[in-house]
Amino acid sequence: MSRIKKTFAILKANNKKALIPYIIAGDPHPKFTVDLMHTMVENGADIIELGVPFSDPMADGPVIQRASERALVHKVGLRKVLSLVKEFRVKDNCTPVVLMGYANPIEAMGFGTFTTAAKGAGVDGVLTVDYPPEESEDFIAELNKNDMDCIFLLSPTTEAKRIDLVAKQATGFLYYVSLKGVTGSANLDVDEVKARVAEIRKQTDLPIGVGFGVKDAATAKSVAAFADAVVVGSRTVLTVEQSSEETLMSNIGTLIQELRTAID
Amino acid sequence: MQLYDMPDERGHFGQFGGSFVAETLVEALDELRVMYEKYRYDPEFLAEYAYDLKHFVGRPSPIYHAERLSDKIGGAQIYLKREDLNHTGAHKVNNTIGQALLAKRMGKPRVIAETGAGQHGVATATIAARLGLECVVYMGSEDVKRQAPNVFRMKLLGATVVPVESGSKTLKDALNEAMRDWVTNISNTFYIIGTVAGPHPYPMMVRDFQTVIGIEAKEQMKEMIGRQPDAVVACVGGGSNAMGIFHPYIDVPNVRLIGVEAAGDGIETGRHAAPLTATKNSAVGVLHGNRTYLMQDADGNIIDTHSVSAGLDYPGVGPEHAWLKDIERAEYVGITDDEAMAAFHNLCRTEGIIPALETSHALAHAEKMAKTMRKDEIILVNLSGRGDKDINTVAKLANITL
Repeated sequence: MSRIKKTFAILKANNKKALIPYIIAGDPHPKFTVDLMHTMVENGADIIELGVPFSDPMADGPVIQRASERALVHKVGLRKVLSLVKEFRVKDNCTPVVLMGYANPIEAMGFGTFTTAAKGAGVDGVLTVDYPPEESEDFIAELNKNDMDCIFLLSPTTEAKRIDLVAKQATGFLYYVSLKGVTGSANLDVDEVKARVAEIRKQTDLPIGVGFGVKDAATAKSVAAFADAVVVGSRTVLTVEQSSEETLMSNIGTLIQELRTAID
Repeated sequence: MQLYDMPDERGHFGQFGGSFVAETLVEALDELRVMYEKYRYDPEFLAEYAYDLKHFVGRPSPIYHAERLSDKIGGAQIYLKREDLNHTGAHKVNNTIGQALLAKRMGKPRVIAETGAGQHGVATATIAARLGLECVVYMGSEDVKRQAPNVFRMKLLGATVVPVESGSKTLKDALNEAMRDWVTNISNTFYIIGTVAGPHPYPMMVRDFQTVIGIEAKEQMKEMIGRQPDAVVACVGGGSNAMGIFHPYIDVPNVRLIGVEAAGDGIETGRHAAPLTATKNSAVGVLHGNRTYLMQDADGNIIDTHSVSAGLDYPGVGPEHAWLKDIERAEYVGITDDEAMAAFHNLCRTEGIIPALETSHALAHAEKMAKTMRKDEIILVNLSGRGDKDINTVAKLANITL
């Protein structure tokens, strides 16, 4: 059983929801990334979503774009990200790690090389923002071959027919984008999201995570009431940005704890 | 002979093109694709488009035999397709009118655009003013500085110009920002992309609206000299003016098609914007919704490009050009900043035409080619835009205070 599947199974048995924080690998410096990942797990994260820095993050808002630029100053490319995951695995062999990023770094490495290296590093799932299912048959096949999950986004504008198509290609979990816009751009409308998630559930048995607008513990709590997972991206990245090297670990620890308490 | 029929129904030109976008844009692109298919061959829509091209833009644009230039070079005869004489001063307006008419039919009251040199921004602001649409133009802050006259023109036309401070602060970043606006305001906004790039159906749709250039040229050449040119030359940034003049010639045998990229300081220096010409730091990848050749590093991050002309300063290229290169139907070459500047001054003084710096790249290559050709051979250059917008850049390079 994959780490992602196992994690959701255990959570469900304990009647709990998954907390999935997101950070950009290499932000503010690659030397902090592995410790940040451990800190998040220690304070209640169930799955780590690790952003792969990219020069042109079109679906992201200014917070994540700035983080990407900070990481790229230190030349943190996809290969470096994989080596950070490998380092994380030395001490933690059960928390799932999902890479989230854009197509081109994977294209540059090549599907085959990437999936083999990612599997070897201990990556569990990949979410590639600009690989819709129609354009990624070969890539999905490579991931499946290597027992890694292929995670897809669903948006407020995705129609029922398409939800079916996406859900059939997805494994691990589905990620519902809770608003029309880029990451961190606005506050989500809880009732609207709840209704959409209920619609999506009719078409799939996969766990459903909600993200893109979860800005505080209160929102996390209300989303956790109906979703299987809460993804907290821009809020986590903003905390990284606003911390000094000395306060970084404790600030992230406190944030994750707050979110954990709120959703439990 | 099998006629050229690209792209396939999902927008692929061989391995290039396609629709590589975040899920948040999929439905909007589906809507656009369906609506474009609906109106693409609709007689009423096409009549309205043709009317605007004639009465608002001033088409057909003439073809002009640059005799003094040809004599001076002493080789092939150079003919110019005068897109610079269009309303707003470039080929861009052919496309913005088409897309704006579509936006109107789709009931979208707001249009957005990205712009590099500002020509596409001006052309969008122009048609938005005429149709009473709200218009927001994203422009890299570097380009805002070097293309000040066009920024002012857009503002005069009632558009909001948003300087983009992220990344390299040029065209690609303006495109990123326009995409972000589009996902956020998808229900009331139409994104008018200015070049033959982006997710399907944009590369095909923009090409279709620009083919009026090549369709006219074929008729005009036949009328003027009784035959088609031996070579058609056009500059390529994203590649819309080149696709517009190339496309009707793809099935015509013995007409060489040559796209001219910006070699900046020289291909060997790495400071350029020539993904099709360069072999180092250029590879097939995915950016801005399509698969194409991209200037990138080993990690797949897009690298900063350089060109004296803002309109060619783009790390990618339209997927159909990537395809035409791979099937060897078109050739692609690079022209440096210095070569383009020399051609710019040459056309000003020999023919009394001030060309855009983008266009000057095509002119420079045409001059090079002409020297090696016979006097009865013909080169048709797409004179894609006029150079008034570039006077600040040219003056600065020549150390002249305006």
